[in-house]
Amino acid sequence: MSATPFLTLSALLFTIGAVGVLVRRNAIVVFMCVELMLNATNLAFVTFARVHGNLDGQIAAFFVMVVAAAEVVVGLAIITSIFRTRRSASVDDASLLKY
Amino acid sequence: MIAFWVLAPIMVAAALGMVMARKAVHSALLLAIIMVSLAVLYAVQDAPFLFVVQIIVYTGAILMLFLFVLMLVGVDASDSIVETIRGQRLAAVVLGVLFGATIALGITQTSVGVIAGLDEANAEGNVPGIAVLLFSKYVFAFEVTSALLITAALGAMVLAHQERLTPKMTQRRVAERRMQDYAESGKPLGPLPTPGVYARHNAVDTPALLPDGSTSTVSISRSLQARGNIRQALVGEVDDTLEQITEDTKTRSTTGNLAPDRSADQGGPQ
Repeated sequence: MSATPFLTLSALLFTIGAVGVLVRRNAIVVFMCVELMLNATNLAFVTFARVHGNLDGQIAAFFVMVVAAAEVVVGLAIITSIFRTRRSASVDDASLLKY
Repeated sequence: MIAFWVLAPIMVAAALGMVMARKAVHSALLLAIIMVSLAVLYAVQDAPFLFVVQIIVYTGAILMLFLFVLMLVGVDASDSIVETIRGQRLAAVVLGVLFGATIALGITQTSVGVIAGLDEANAEGNVPGIAVLLFSKYVFAFEVTSALLITAALGAMVLAHQERLTPKMTQRRVAERRMQDYAESGKPLGPLPTPGVYARHNAVDTPALLPDGSTSTVSISRSLQARGNIRQALVGEVDDTLEQITEDTKTRSTTGNLAPDRSADQGGPQ
C-alpha cells in the first residue's frame, strides 16, 4: 500500500479547503473549510506515521483534533455573538475596523 | 487500497460540493461524508484509535456543534453572490489550482522510501502504543492541552453569555401591569373573549360576534391576524344560518322523523 495516493488526496482536500476559505462568505462555511484543511493534514500525518513506522504522526493528528475542537468551540461562540449583534453571519459585514 | 480508491473520489466530490453548496446545511452534511470517509482511511492505515476518535470527536461533536449554530443563526442565511472584491472568486480558484498542482507535483516527484508499516509499533495494540507515547514523550503537551480546553470552554461561555436587559416578568408584575392598564385605559381585566363563540363557526379563526352583530377583533390570536387567516363571519351569514335552522326545525316537525342533525356541522348560534 503505497503512500503517494494518500498524500495526493490530502493535498487535494487541503487545496479545496483553502479555495473554500477564500471564496465563501458565510462565516460558518468558512469555518467548515478550515476544518477540512485540518482534516487533510491529519490524513498526511497518519500516512507518514505508517511510512516511518512509529506512532508519533498519530499523536500529532490527535493533538490537531484537540486543538481543532477548542478552536471550533470558541469560533462558533464568536460567530453567534456577532450574529446576535449584527444579524448577519457574513464575513464581509464585520468590517468596522476598515473605516 | 480498495477502500482508498472507493472513498477518494467520493471525498473529493463531497469537498467540491461543500465549497460550492449554496446552503450551509448542505455543506455541513457533505463535510460529515468527508469526515466519516477519513475515519475509514485512518482505520485502513492501522490507526484504529484515531478512527474512533475521528468519528466521536469530529462527526459526533464538532459537526453537531456546527449544525446547532446553523440552526441558531438561521438555516436560510445563505451567501450573497455579489463579489465585494472584483475577480476575487476567479483569482482564488486560479491560485488554488496552482497551489494544488504544485503540491501534487511535489508529492509525486519525491519518493517516501520504504514504507516501514506499523506492525512493530502496534505490536502491543494501537491504543497502548499511543498511550505510552502520550504519557512519556508528549506528556507536557498533553497537560498543556487540558489548559487549552478549559480556556476554550470558559471563552465560549463568556462569549455566548447574554446579560438580561429587562427584569424578569414574574406573575406579580404581570398582575400589576394588568391593573395599571385597567386604571389608565380601561382595558378589561378578565381574559380576552374566546373566538367564535357567537359566530357561525366555533373554530379559532372565526372572530366572536358581539351582540350588535359586529365582530370582535380581540377574540382572534394575533398570529392568525398577522397571517391573514381570519374567517369572515358576516352578519348576513348569521341570518342565513338562522333561516336554515328554522327550516330544519320546520321539516323535522312536519315529517316527524329525526333527520341527521345538520345544526352540528353548521354550528349555529348557541
